[in-house]
Amino acid sequence: MSNNPVDIMKICVTAKGSGIDAQVEERFGRAPYFVFIDEESGDAQTVQNAGAGGAGGVGIKSAQTMVDNDAKVVITGQVGGNANSALSAAGIAVYEYRAGGSVKDAVAAYRAGTLARIL
Amino acid sequence: MQIVIASGKGGTGKSTVAANLAWSRAQAAPVTLVDCDVEEPNLHLFFPGGHTDTPVTRLVPAFDSERCTRCGDCGRFCRFGAIAVLKDRVLFFPEICHSCGGCALVCPNAAITERPISLGRIEERHPLPDLRLISGVMNEGEAVGIPVIQAAKEAAAGDATVILDSSPGTACPVIETVKGSDVCVLVTEATPFGLHDLKLAAEVVSSLGVPACVVINRSCGDEDETEAFCREQGLPVFLRIPFSREIAAVQNRGGLISRDLPGWQTAFAGLYEQVVSRVEVQR
Amino acid sequence: MKRLAVVSGKGGTGKTTVTAAIADLAHRDLDLVMADCDVDAANLELLFSPNVQETIPYYGMKCAQIDPDICISCGACAEHCRFGAILEEKAIYRVEQADCEGCGVCEHVCPAGAVTFVERKHGEIYRSTTELGPLFHARLIPGSGTSGLLVTEVKERALEAAADRDLLLIDGPPGIGCPLIATVTGCDAVLIVTEPSMSGRSDLERLVRVCEGFRVRMFLAVNRSDLEERITAEILAFCAEKGITVAGLIPFDDAVQRAVCSHRPLTRTPSPASDAVAAIWAVIRDEMGLP
Repeated sequence: MSNNPVDIMKICVTAKGSGIDAQVEERFGRAPYFVFIDEESGDAQTVQNAGAGGAGGVGIKSAQTMVDNDAKVVITGQVGGNANSALSAAGIAVYEYRAGGSVKDAVAAYRAGTLARIL
Repeated sequence: MQIVIASGKGGTGKSTVAANLAWSRAQAAPVTLVDCDVEEPNLHLFFPGGHTDTPVTRLVPAFDSERCTRCGDCGRFCRFGAIAVLKDRVLFFPEICHSCGGCALVCPNAAITERPISLGRIEERHPLPDLRLISGVMNEGEAVGIPVIQAAKEAAAGDATVILDSSPGTACPVIETVKGSDVCVLVTEATPFGLHDLKLAAEVVSSLGVPACVVINRSCGDEDETEAFCREQGLPVFLRIPFSREIAAVQNRGGLISRDLPGWQTAFAGLYEQVVSRVEVQR
Repeated sequence: MKRLAVVSGKGGTGKTTVTAAIADLAHRDLDLVMADCDVDAANLELLFSPNVQETIPYYGMKCAQIDPDICISCGACAEHCRFGAILEEKAIYRVEQADCEGCGVCEHVCPAGAVTFVERKHGEIYRSTTELGPLFHARLIPGSGTSGLLVTEVKERALEAAADRDLLLIDGPPGIGCPLIATVTGCDAVLIVTEPSMSGRSDLERLVRVCEGFRVRMFLAVNRSDLEERITAEILAFCAEKGITVAGLIPFDDAVQRAVCSHRPLTRTPSPASDAVAAIWAVIRDEMGLP
């Protein structure tokens, strides 16, 4: 798997809070927030994860949110089995970030090509 | 007469009591034994032999890709996250689906129909002229075996004497098995774990309105705490099976102490009479 | 941080006893967090005298509720409910919340808008401290369903606390259904504790097939292994065939009963069983790459 960024429209980073200064959340399905960054304009928009506290299928619901918001790349700590299948089927790439920094830090690392692609 | 064998803690000897109770009763009159521990059924190990199988199915959605407009209504409706609607197709995760039928109802384009998939099976055996064994077996990988338990109980409906063996614990599968029974035999062991879990199980059985009695298995003679609890709760202790390597050996190899060791056929026949009398007392 | 769940398939093989013994050994030089995911019959706490620090209510799925003042008694809800959770008594429809799965079909079909979804407490989750480390455990309110979801909640809380620790050790439930699946999901390894009986062996095979679907590393221990040496041998042959690492055999030992009855982990006192568990732990620890 290549470490180079693909042509994308939006990047999504799982986060503990709103905005690009929020700390990155390592879990995908149960992330409290998703921060979507438009690659072209640089605009960031935060969406609360309504299904975070849910029962089963949270990973799939979160993958649905990626599809609904046109994310082509996800940056997160780890992705469970079902979410993995859904993201893969949707052609969404996933990069791993576990350095404990902010959304901004994670995006910078991704652009520098230092993140491992896990899906 | 429907007797259910339950316990809070696993491994106390439910299946042993159920199998021996059924075997000894079958020496006198027809009896149906039903294995409702559909995740890990064991009774067929005590009564090996040929069996006829009936499938148990559940319904899951089938998506017509031509009618589907990928509007997303089904995915938004599903509270369990079993459906993801992508740009070009619909993804369905059967292991998360609860078979509620909702997606088919909400689809605005009649693109969803329901189809049956295998959930498990009911195996039926006749190991003795007067013993009918019904085993509910859930498929490995399924999460919820409730419909298999229901099918197993249904297969025995109408038989005069039915003994149900439940799974361990106190959650959904046990409740499904115990409810509607005339009496429950709680099998426990006189250890801190056994007593702790007996209390939980007794509470659940009582909340279902089923009278109960107790069998203490692997008894070492020091069951004061357990006996005290049973007395307090008005739970009669009808049988104590001692801890003995000889008994354990028979059971571990799939044998029946009521058949293979002296004195136990009488003991289990006596247990049956006392359990039945427990029903009459409550009425 | 590594995650190890102790499971069995068949109940009563000694999961909790072994989990407690491993916890006792592990905590001596590792940072440990424990979770009791046998939520219907949680026993790990009986060996550790936990001090409850926090009690968190557990709600499970929201359940449907019918407003009798709005209900027009058409019966559409009961007709469509797949779970038999809607009952009719004297032309009034009512949801039996213990049976409600929270699917939302009744709300969808109700022409009068009489159905709402409410949170209903199904249990409690406890965050406790013990001399070995934090313990997350739970109690399910008898009659409530959704024990699988409660397992997930207990695990989630334990995972948060364990993020910068060495090991999350989970005492798992019996069976192969929802609670077991919720326990094993995301674990690095499982230790299957079995016993040499016909039932134990049959249940083991089913459990192994389910665990194979998780791509989780499997270890096996045979408890009371000397009681039926022929069946123990069959179990070992099965493991060889399946490529499951046999971590060890634990002989039948009165010391186990004595430890449980005095509410202590087995490994506090030397005994053949205690030594066997120590050897098992050494294998797992090494294979899992723990410090």
